[in-house]
Amino acid sequence: MATATGTRTIHIKVKRYQPDKDAKPYWQDFAVQAEGNDRLVDVLNKIKWEQDGTLTFRRSCVHGVCGSDAMRVNGRNRLACKLLVNDIGARVTVEPMLGFPVIRDLVVDMEPFFAKYEKVKPYLMNDEPAPRTERLQSPEQRERYDETTKCILCGACTGSCPSVWANPDWVGPASIVNAHRFIFDSRDHGGAERMQILGDRNGVWRCRTIFNCSEACPRGIHVTDAIEEVKRAIMFGTTDIA
Amino acid sequence: MNYHKYDVVIVGAGGAGLMSAMQLAHNTSVAVISKLYPTRSHTGAAQGGVAAALGNQEEDHWKWHMFDTVKGGDYLVDQDAAEVLTREAIDAVYDLEHWGLPFNRTEDGKIDQRRFGGHTRNFGEGPVRRSCYAADRTGHMILQTMYQQSVKNQVKFYNEYLMLDLLINDGQACGVVALCLRDGTIHTFHAKTIVFATGGYGRAWRITSNALACTGDGMAVAYRRGIPLEDMEMYQFHPTGLYKVGILLSEAARGEGAYLLNKDGERFCVRYAPTMEELAPRDMVSRFIVQEITEGRGIDGKDYVYLSVAHLGKEKIDAKLPDITDFARNYLGVEPYYEPVPIQPTAHYAMGGIPTDIEGRVIMDENNTTLPGMYAAGEVACVSVHGANRLGTNSLVDLIVFGRRAGKHIAAKWLPEADFAPLPPNPDAWATEMVESLLARASAGAKGKGETQEAIRQDLRDSMMENAGVVRDEQHLTAQMAKVAELKERWQTMRLMDTSRTFNTELMEVIELGNLIECAEATVAGALARQESRGAHYRSDFPTRDDKNFLQHTLAFRSETAGAPELRYKPVVITEFQPKERKY
Ligand SMILES: Cc1cc2nc3c(=O)[nH]c(=O)nc-3n(C[C@H](O)[C@H](O)[C@H](O)COP(=O)(O)OP(=O)(O)OC[C@H]3O[C@@H](n4cnc5c(N)ncnc54)[C@H](O)[C@@H]3O)c2cc1C
Ligand code: FES
Repeated sequence: MATATGTRTIHIKVKRYQPDKDAKPYWQDFAVQAEGNDRLVDVLNKIKWEQDGTLTFRRSCVHGVCGSDAMRVNGRNRLACKLLVNDIGARVTVEPMLGFPVIRDLVVDMEPFFAKYEKVKPYLMNDEPAPRTERLQSPEQRERYDETTKCILCGACTGSCPSVWANPDWVGPASIVNAHRFIFDSRDHGGAERMQILGDRNGVWRCRTIFNCSEACPRGIHVTDAIEEVKRAIMFGTTDIA
Repeated sequence: MNYHKYDVVIVGAGGAGLMSAMQLAHNTSVAVISKLYPTRSHTGAAQGGVAAALGNQEEDHWKWHMFDTVKGGDYLVDQDAAEVLTREAIDAVYDLEHWGLPFNRTEDGKIDQRRFGGHTRNFGEGPVRRSCYAADRTGHMILQTMYQQSVKNQVKFYNEYLMLDLLINDGQACGVVALCLRDGTIHTFHAKTIVFATGGYGRAWRITSNALACTGDGMAVAYRRGIPLEDMEMYQFHPTGLYKVGILLSEAARGEGAYLLNKDGERFCVRYAPTMEELAPRDMVSRFIVQEITEGRGIDGKDYVYLSVAHLGKEKIDAKLPDITDFARNYLGVEPYYEPVPIQPTAHYAMGGIPTDIEGRVIMDENNTTLPGMYAAGEVACVSVHGANRLGTNSLVDLIVFGRRAGKHIAAKWLPEADFAPLPPNPDAWATEMVESLLARASAGAKGKGETQEAIRQDLRDSMMENAGVVRDEQHLTAQMAKVAELKERWQTMRLMDTSRTFNTELMEVIELGNLIECAEATVAGALARQESRGAHYRSDFPTRDDKNFLQHTLAFRSETAGAPELRYKPVVITEFQPKERKY
């Protein structure tokens, strides 16, 4: 087991902003005693519970599965509950994700994000009457879209994408990941419809293959590759691509 | 007053809430209120699978599943409910598949199934493959699939609204009051039907697998409004939580062949449960671990043992258990390919909750009197299909089967004859007054008097662990009753710091803490009175099951004045399986 490194002091700089109260964002420094195995979210909780109850952020599962606490840590989007104090050093900068309107401190407005998600029709489309038991799907067919089923809609990819920062109306990587999940599912019949949506001006073509999204994904999804697969499917009009 | 009116208001957007919503979205006006975005609900954390006797891998029957559920629950299960659960599980799982759930597949393209604790063939002969799964993220896939379907069906959501109060008037449930986190406004939802699907309360214990949001809000709100809580003493500790952090390592690991080892490298489960070994039910395995630790066979003499998956090989680990082995890497720095993982029992699941009948209707007393217009489903509810101990993979089934039944019953039976009951006068008075007094207390800021809410929260969680954990006795439970009363008092005077109405999460947390204390009260009172050991409830001073006196459900009614709840009892429904000693 990794040896706990003992308690030490973490200096954490947080971007604070409450638009209905503050004229503009400001930085605030906190010093916290933390253990090496503590998560960044534990450190934030310590600040909130012991020093400053007004510090505001989202969190729930605290082990990287619910997608609540994506934020920008030392310049990269991360889930605060997946980062250990051991991995971030003694000085940390924490701010809300870019490309999202701020509601308060680290809490950003997720409504536009979910609206874009809904645009790609993220649900199985298949009008054929369902059989009495399951629809069949081979392990290989199932494997084809496995990776994009892992998405937890945290927004880390979308918030790391320069094309999104430049054009907030763009559907962004997370929506394309969720379209991919269905386009490559052998049971789905909505591929053409989704590819039409994504073939549009604000669709896949705005992706400049910068790879920030793949780096940001806390679920290890190769987001850019998924986007490339969707691009190719649109270009060749088929999902039968290598 | 912010006023909304719907035929049905569902509180909670986890598996249970969304499943109910799906039954109603087409033809009724329905709204779902959730303090989290739906996809953040704790259902998404479920790993191992969902049980249904599909028989895709080997012979299986719902009757066998029913028997396992009843026996696993140490015969405190209502058998009519267990029959519904296990029969309807099959179609409910096919529904999920038809909606797109990406189950793992067998070679011939069917839903793959694997072993899980307590699930057996032919009434206990040996393990059976019954758990339908999607890698070790079955809950994530269920939640995503249900949410996708909600998008498709254009379900109306009120996200990040914290429900504070339930409204009952003229003997009918008629609404809820909620706080909109974003701007701090109070909203009154007037409805013909209320469904609670708010999940569990694992956060009452120090070591838990549960999310920070699992604070028993639905149970506490119902309890304050005179609805009893059933069998709250039946709280499950899952054997394999990551040491110190409590994060769950699914039973799927043991289902795939992982071992539990003590400090001598011995597979101690074999000694206690020669047939099912590591796959004996959770309450038992948790006790085996505690006993090993008590007798000095924990690792390094400490309060943990090892879970070993290394012998399964990299390939199988990566294919079947990717997420949970990542948890060990991430949070403990252990490499499961080569090293055993330190684990300890972790507070996991509420078998008890708001009593309902098999249609999801909420029950008010020991005579099964229903409260018209009020339903509950999922972990918040007690049907009771889990009795004294839930089997692994039986909760996700519970959500989908009873979430679906509640929705269908509302659509087919209740709404056609129901009317709106008028709201009581000043419907939001109680909630508004609570919120205003908490905000007023915050005005002194960080320098104000009193202790922080965290001091109270820690005290609650530590004391519950110590006095109402895996092993209990009269002395500790009595002390805990006093502790809970004291915490209630302290909650009234603690110090707050945030006066803002914009996304005030301190306010939310303090309300949640108040809810946890209510749930703890019912739990401890039930545990103290139940002088026997059954399932998850183990009393070292009464180590055997006592069917003569305690083959019955506890109903805890909150007392209006300060003090312990009133306890009443309700018989268990037994149809086929007479209580027997539980051996594995
Ligand atoms: C780590 C882990 C692994 C598990 N693995 C399995 C498994 O493999 N198989 C299995 O069968 N079971 C498993 N379980 C159990 C199972 O996942 C849960 O019991 C189940 O998901 C609970 O679902 P639910 O719909 O009742 O509640 P939840 O999914 O917890 O949802 C509760 C909902 O209520 C909302 N809510 C709560 N309070 C309020 C309020 N005051 N106001 C507004 N909204 C509110 C929340 O926002 C949320 O949407 C596991 C549990 C854990 C913790
Ligand atoms: S809190 Fe759930 S992902 Fe971090």
